[in-house]
Amino acid sequence: MVVKKTMARGLGLVASVFFVMAAFSAGWAQDKGPVKIGYIAPLTGAFAENGKDMQNGAIHYLEEIGYQVAGRKIELIVEDDEANPTTGMTKLRKVVEKDGVHVVAGVFLASTGYAFHPYIEEKKIPANYQICSADDLTQRKSAKWVVRTSWTSSQTTHALGEYMYNTLGYRKIACLGMDYAFGWEAIGGLQRTFEELGGKVVQKIWTPINTVDFSPYLSNIRTDVDAVYVVYVGRPGLTFTKQYMEFGLKKKIPLLSIGPMTDENILPSMGDEALGIVNALHYSAALDTPINRKFVATFRQRFKRAPSYFAEGAYTGTKWIVESIKAVGGAAEDRDRLLGAMRKMVISDAPRGPFRLDDYGNPIQNVYVRKVERVKGELQNTVIHTIPNVSQFWKYKPDEYLKQPLYSRDYSPGKP
Amino acid sequence: MSKFLLVQTLNGISFGALLFLLASGLSLIYGVMKIVNIAHGSYFMLGAYIGLTVVLRTKSFFLAALLGALTIGVVGLLMERVFLRRFPLQASPQMMLTLGFTLAFRDLALLIWGGDPYTLPTPPFLVGSVEILGVIFPLYRLFVIGIATLVALGLWAFNEKTLVGAKLRAAVDDHEMAGGVGLNVPLISGCMFGLGAFLAAFGGVMGGPIFGVYPGLDLELLSLAFVVVIVGGRGSLKGSAVGSILVGLVDNFGKAIVPELSYFTLFAPMAIVLAIRPTGLFGRE
Amino acid sequence: MIKDILSSKTKIIGFLLACLILGALPPFYSSYWVTLITQMLIYAIAAMSLDVLLGYTGLTSFGHAGFFGCGAYVVAVLVTRYKIGFLTCFLSGVGLATAIGAIFGLLVAHASGVGFLMITLALGMCLWGLAFRWVNMTGGDNGISGIVRPDLGLPISLKDPIAYYYFVFVFFVIAVILLSIFVRSPFGHSLKGIRESESRMKVLGYHTWLHKYLSYVVASAFAGVAGILWAYFDGFVSPYNMDLTASIEIILMVILGGPGTLIGPALGSCIIVFLKNFISAYTQRWLLIVGTIYILTILYAPQGLMNLLREWIRGSEKKAEPVTKSV
Repeated sequence: MVVKKTMARGLGLVASVFFVMAAFSAGWAQDKGPVKIGYIAPLTGAFAENGKDMQNGAIHYLEEIGYQVAGRKIELIVEDDEANPTTGMTKLRKVVEKDGVHVVAGVFLASTGYAFHPYIEEKKIPANYQICSADDLTQRKSAKWVVRTSWTSSQTTHALGEYMYNTLGYRKIACLGMDYAFGWEAIGGLQRTFEELGGKVVQKIWTPINTVDFSPYLSNIRTDVDAVYVVYVGRPGLTFTKQYMEFGLKKKIPLLSIGPMTDENILPSMGDEALGIVNALHYSAALDTPINRKFVATFRQRFKRAPSYFAEGAYTGTKWIVESIKAVGGAAEDRDRLLGAMRKMVISDAPRGPFRLDDYGNPIQNVYVRKVERVKGELQNTVIHTIPNVSQFWKYKPDEYLKQPLYSRDYSPGKP
Repeated sequence: MSKFLLVQTLNGISFGALLFLLASGLSLIYGVMKIVNIAHGSYFMLGAYIGLTVVLRTKSFFLAALLGALTIGVVGLLMERVFLRRFPLQASPQMMLTLGFTLAFRDLALLIWGGDPYTLPTPPFLVGSVEILGVIFPLYRLFVIGIATLVALGLWAFNEKTLVGAKLRAAVDDHEMAGGVGLNVPLISGCMFGLGAFLAAFGGVMGGPIFGVYPGLDLELLSLAFVVVIVGGRGSLKGSAVGSILVGLVDNFGKAIVPELSYFTLFAPMAIVLAIRPTGLFGRE
Repeated sequence: MIKDILSSKTKIIGFLLACLILGALPPFYSSYWVTLITQMLIYAIAAMSLDVLLGYTGLTSFGHAGFFGCGAYVVAVLVTRYKIGFLTCFLSGVGLATAIGAIFGLLVAHASGVGFLMITLALGMCLWGLAFRWVNMTGGDNGISGIVRPDLGLPISLKDPIAYYYFVFVFFVIAVILLSIFVRSPFGHSLKGIRESESRMKVLGYHTWLHKYLSYVVASAFAGVAGILWAYFDGFVSPYNMDLTASIEIILMVILGGPGTLIGPALGSCIIVFLKNFISAYTQRWLLIVGTIYILTILYAPQGLMNLLREWIRGSEKKAEPVTKSV
């Protein structure tokens, strides 16, 4: 009796598992209607707000054009990668293999970018990295099927290094940064141009990415330097800036930073401690051009906050994709042609200004030197200087540049 | 050199002071109920978030500290009364429950406050820094050291000098016996849990102007608090106090002297203590 | 006695049926679902290995993903730098995970309960820190990508999702069999004894330290196997594979499925992987849902889903065992 009942129930269970799985499997037939864009961004986890900004930027653009391109509907399939490259890979497989997207876009973390490369190359899916900035993604490890519309970590700092030496007249600086590739590349780029002109980075301090209290490092900063340059982004940037002021350093040594440290998404959380920080980025919401003013106004109206560089990156990146699809007459299925169009595309009316891609798939674009100021009670990144058409290779020859190793923790222009 | 010593000592102690607010509750809860409360870091984070909301509305930092701590204290009390008490002295399900709450709290915080990082504004009269023997040190950090000292003294007095404290110590020593001599152990347990949550949330508000508050703060600080509890000894108030200062100092000097090893300086004291005294400096059993 | 045979017979039949389903169905699924099921099986191995510690020995490890990472990194480094074949990678991966388990074991085996939990947490963080900071070896935060699947000289390339699925499936079956033998052996029974009361086992003359030590090492080795399979599967390894969240996720699988049942954690892994990929398409409140599921599981099915299922299959013929009393 018992055996029979057990067997019956067991079999019933097995059968139902079978049917459920079969049902799920069968449910995903693909039809060839709209153009599908698979959008991967962190919507939960530590970078949820940045991811939401990205999503908003993409949505904002698609709403402006009514989700239509070349007579086809556009479908945006957003997937959350939890700011974890492993989850990102799973979601990438999902949008490509299950949803059958034509283009992959978004991508926040550098590690996610690196993780995606081999898969994208294998599947030959045109992809557009809109945020992640790791140098080698479009340098020593560039991928044929990936174009990047954001920036490289050292792209803006090459420019800033020169600006610091020539315009600000600094000769001796200290650098602090988050102890991982982003920090190394940004500070390495700055150090290279700054020292090649004759300046000297006299101190470099690397702090773990999860540092909550910067006091041991702050107390160690040399006080005989002309300026302090830091690479902190997001929460560490917020607390670092505040602690820098509290330890009485703000009054003594000017603070310069990586662009996103004073990004528009975090400025509302900052106070007087941010005033006067100088940095460089390829965008500022305070950029005074008609196109950008309009973009900022409509974005604010729709999402009740100023567009961050994440939002602009997603907006412009999505525009990049859509314009490319338009250029091939809506034939998003013709991947080779679409990729070709994406690589050749030139956009002159992006909020950040005009830009095109170099042969390695990274933008050649303006870099804006910005200074945090309070205007009408609100902090903003006022553009104080524009360096036009900056390439990821700065003024160096690409092939010579690429012979050098990637900027690392121990990089110093003196030694190879 | 002496300047370096002074400033890093102050840094270490102020960091330790905040750790104490977090770890003392964790240690007490473990001492009385043998519960490993994974959600303790969440209390710290939620306290800071509530404090943020209050301080933005009312501009009063002290109201923020009070309301943040009270709200989370009640949350802690409810968690113990409604959920954890169903598994008295069963360490595994209790810990797993708190783990479930940790995940839920994390997401609730994201839902309510969004993912943007914030710092709590420093109370106006504590803005700025003071100069001590040629060393510039933020006033607010001195204030935190003072507050933590007061809390430590208060806890000590409560524990050693009051009747409730005596009952508590009895409960720590032996549950069955405490129950046998007519102590209401469940009530004591609930209150202890609430107190621990209260302290952690209070620490969260106090730490807000320094650490800020952001998604992920919960687990980041939890591991620090664990180290303190291991070093100081589980269930010991004295242990939490000494452990916090020790961990704060070692971590600070470690980072200042060998920044290359920053990830590991925190675990060095723990490994040493565990090797010499597996129960921690002031732990028993 | 008869009941024992009956139940073990049922178990074997159930296992064979499950194998049949897992073996026969995937060719009918789309490639996306095949990759999902592959993920489930790999994490099932990791979850079962943790079950040896958590379910059988009663020790909660908060750093288990570290060993997963060890296996994965060995493969990543050997394959991308030295193009080394599968067998060497496999042996080195398991070897490293076992070796680190053996070293850490010396530190953790004298602890139990909360002490064990905290020490494993700290050691797990150290492994994570190492992966993050030892950039020359591990690529740091950027991780290592481009791990190609091994060429075993088979007619079908393992690049094919189905082929790789069967590859993993073989390991899964072997892991289930080996671990079942392990936990049913006299040694496994004394582990359960330690779970119930370590002091009693000590009095009875068991060398409890050695038992705990060995179970820790065995768990590490199998977690390493899962990591190896994962590295080949994903083609990418980064510190995220071994952070605290990853460890917590494995614990979740064990608790949800049913600690101390071996197959339960495998089931838990399937559910978590499925939910994670399925729910997250509809809501961003994934963590809240997981947390809630977790709390409900502890409250209403403290022995996990496997035990609920087992009771249901057998009817209410046998009541659940009392809740485990240790961490």
